[in-house]
Amino acid sequence: MSPPGLDIRRASLTFGARPLFHDLAVEFDAGSWTCLLGRSGCGKSSLLRMIAGLALPDRHHIECTTSDGQPLRGRLAWMSQQDLLVPWLRVIGNVMLGTKWRGRRAGPTAPEARERALALLARVGLADKADAWPAALSGGQRQRVALARTLHEDAGVVLMDEPFSAVDAITRLELHDLASELLATRTVIMVTHDPLEALRLADRLLVLQGEPAQAVPLAAPTGQRPRALDDPQLLAHQAELVALLREPAHV
Amino acid sequence: MSESTSIQRVRPGLARQLHGPARALLALALLLAAWQAVVSLTGVPRYILPSPLAVVRALLDQRALLAHHALVTATEILGGFIGGVLLGLATALLLARFRPLRRTLLPLLLISQAIPLFALAPILMLWLGYGLWPKILMAMLIIYFPVASTGYDGLRQTPQGWLDLATTFGLSRRQTLLRVQLPAALPSLASGLRMAASAAPIGAVIGEWVGASQGLGYLMLNANARLQIDVMFAALVVLVAFALALYFGVDAAIRAAMPWHRDRLEASV
Repeated sequence: MSPPGLDIRRASLTFGARPLFHDLAVEFDAGSWTCLLGRSGCGKSSLLRMIAGLALPDRHHIECTTSDGQPLRGRLAWMSQQDLLVPWLRVIGNVMLGTKWRGRRAGPTAPEARERALALLARVGLADKADAWPAALSGGQRQRVALARTLHEDAGVVLMDEPFSAVDAITRLELHDLASELLATRTVIMVTHDPLEALRLADRLLVLQGEPAQAVPLAAPTGQRPRALDDPQLLAHQAELVALLREPAHV
Repeated sequence: MSESTSIQRVRPGLARQLHGPARALLALALLLAAWQAVVSLTGVPRYILPSPLAVVRALLDQRALLAHHALVTATEILGGFIGGVLLGLATALLLARFRPLRRTLLPLLLISQAIPLFALAPILMLWLGYGLWPKILMAMLIIYFPVASTGYDGLRQTPQGWLDLATTFGLSRRQTLLRVQLPAALPSLASGLRMAASAAPIGAVIGEWVGASQGLGYLMLNANARLQIDVMFAALVVLVAFALALYFGVDAAIRAAMPWHRDRLEASV
């Protein structure tokens, strides 16, 4: 299954009386990794929730079409800052959570799903934890299980809202390598606060800026993802990115 | 693994080393000793306050009588508990699933809690007679509210993140309610079930006091009128034993149903 690209048009979000963005248009290329940045409260997480079709307390509107014309519903996976592991299922059950919750009729059979879950756990380095309870895992391990759960959906589009911001710096770097490898062929949209993370992982950088916000594209470093920490490009881009993020709110 | 060990290595003090039932037994032994001391020191007549030994004697001598009445009361308590839990749980699920129902059902729920049960008991007798049913209904009514309200609260307070996952997984509202919200509500529901377990015997006994021809409550009133205070205390002991058995039985069932819960994890490591 080749991943679809996304075409977002006329996205609007109003927070109280304040329009966060209005008539926003963004395209996401098929199979590309886009990082969405911006100051706190600029609406980038809300934009991601709107694309995912999730509940929002504020007034919003979005038109979202896919490059292949098929509906996006059923082809996206969601990963958030919290690992969202459910405590009443063991690790293996959490990895195949979508299959479990939808029930057997709607998807692959249980043994098939289980086999795939075990394979994914092995890839995130937790093969020996399949039968552990989530409460027995460390924060980094839990987030790896969350990554495996996201991959288990086998969705073309993966939406991630600050997925690695709650783990320590070293674990975060490890998770970058892992996610970059495992999500190589997907259309990924990732919201992040961490400029370095964005520069390591993204094919394309988008900064939500202004009031109402516009999506300002920024050239990403070239070369294979995840880029090495000592890549000189990273430092140069980081300075530029931070300068852009620090600009006053109005454009 | 450092985080998991910090959860499990809670240094056990004396109170922690004793399990629930053992602690209850210890408290009971202390109470009995104090009781015996009061009787021995004051020389209070046995028709006012019998000694623990006299109560034990009554328990043994009257065991056939006690067993007969105890069986009736146990049926009422269990029937009321099961009925009340099922009704409360059904109410909670309906309230969580159907938004328009809330406006009609929530006030009813509050009213059911505001009615003093003692006042209701005679009416239930009038309608349903002197048999088991009014007592079962009393026990059901007394536990209905805690189960329904803790269940509904638990169902309502599902973390948004899990609901987000359910949405992106493409779950229907019914699937979300039964597979996501219901298990997430278990810890909250568990506290309601524990409350229900300790309240169910009260409902049954109130029912028996108002009007009955058998049951431990009836036996107590009867013995009281004949100044058989030792028999009355013996009936009380059986009733307490029932209440404790139900409470710890429910507690054990809750723990078995939530093997992931923290106190169980501690115990298994």
